[in-house]
Amino acid sequence: MLDSYIWIILGMAAVTYIPRMLPLVAFRTESIPPILRGVLKNVPYAILGALIFPGIVTFNGELWMGIIGALTAFITAYFGASLIVIVISSIGVLSILSLLFA
Amino acid sequence: MNVAVIGRMPSSLFKSGLQKGSSIAIGYMPVAFTFGLLAKSSGLSLFEAVGMSIFVFAGAAQYISLTLFAAGISGFEIILTTFIVNIRHLLMSASICEKSADDPKWKKALYSFFITDETFSVAAVQRGNIQAAFMLGVGLIAWSSWVFFSGIGYLVGSGLPTILQESMGIALYALFIGLLVPSARKSLKVILLASIAAVVNSILTFNTPLSTGWTIILSTLIAAVLIELVWKGEKADA
Repeated sequence: MLDSYIWIILGMAAVTYIPRMLPLVAFRTESIPPILRGVLKNVPYAILGALIFPGIVTFNGELWMGIIGALTAFITAYFGASLIVIVISSIGVLSILSLLFA
Repeated sequence: MNVAVIGRMPSSLFKSGLQKGSSIAIGYMPVAFTFGLLAKSSGLSLFEAVGMSIFVFAGAAQYISLTLFAAGISGFEIILTTFIVNIRHLLMSASICEKSADDPKWKKALYSFFITDETFSVAAVQRGNIQAAFMLGVGLIAWSSWVFFSGIGYLVGSGLPTILQESMGIALYALFIGLLVPSARKSLKVILLASIAAVVNSILTFNTPLSTGWTIILSTLIAAVLIELVWKGEKADA
């Protein structure tokens, strides 16, 4: 049983690594057609939108926590804070509010 | 002598990667900790739980696999599910390829292991090309946190204080917002891309039985293609 778990984990590792590696290694950057290049340039910003919504509103099942956390991140980011400050501020604000109101 | 012209030295790129990746490392702590905890209750050994974090390094897929392990689902189905959940990395790998510096293939093969939603987002919104040393810095610190806290979660065997755990759950969302806002301030195109994908992903999530992996792929592609077609005339500086 233990042995078969290890093999499953290695199988999971393989099917996770291959999609990560293939396009990067197999494509030549210059040979990507312009329209596809345009789409690929758009991907990071689109994916960020999809990663934030709807996850943030269903976060912990507590709508207010998601909204306040997101607002804190938005405001600190808007005023140019570094990533680490943005992340720690959001955690900090939620921890303090939870302590006060929980 | 013309280092400044060619680009930054690998060691400083690596350090800059470690620095940018440190917020991911913080964001991974509670997620990895909880994974370790759940892995124990799902009947995995410490070796298997930490091994999965070392070799698979993919949050959502690892969580889902625990449910399947506990339910006694066959290995083939667990591996297939993992593949489906992680197939979105194809899109990220292709996007990094478009932006990647001219590094040797073995280096690209090496750093591609570290592509996750978070490391990809951090690397992809940087100015200029993505260099191997930078990506290795981001990836190594994120991965180390993931592996280390999976083990700690398994060993400690009980939850973090609830308040801290709930509050830390915001970390990855804060990271994504922190990555998006600086670009969104300067570009309407970025705002539209993120908004369309957010709306489409919400619609798909609440109205279709599609898994999260697929809704993210579909909403990202729809937004990226739509804006590319509509924005055709404009100079792409997003």
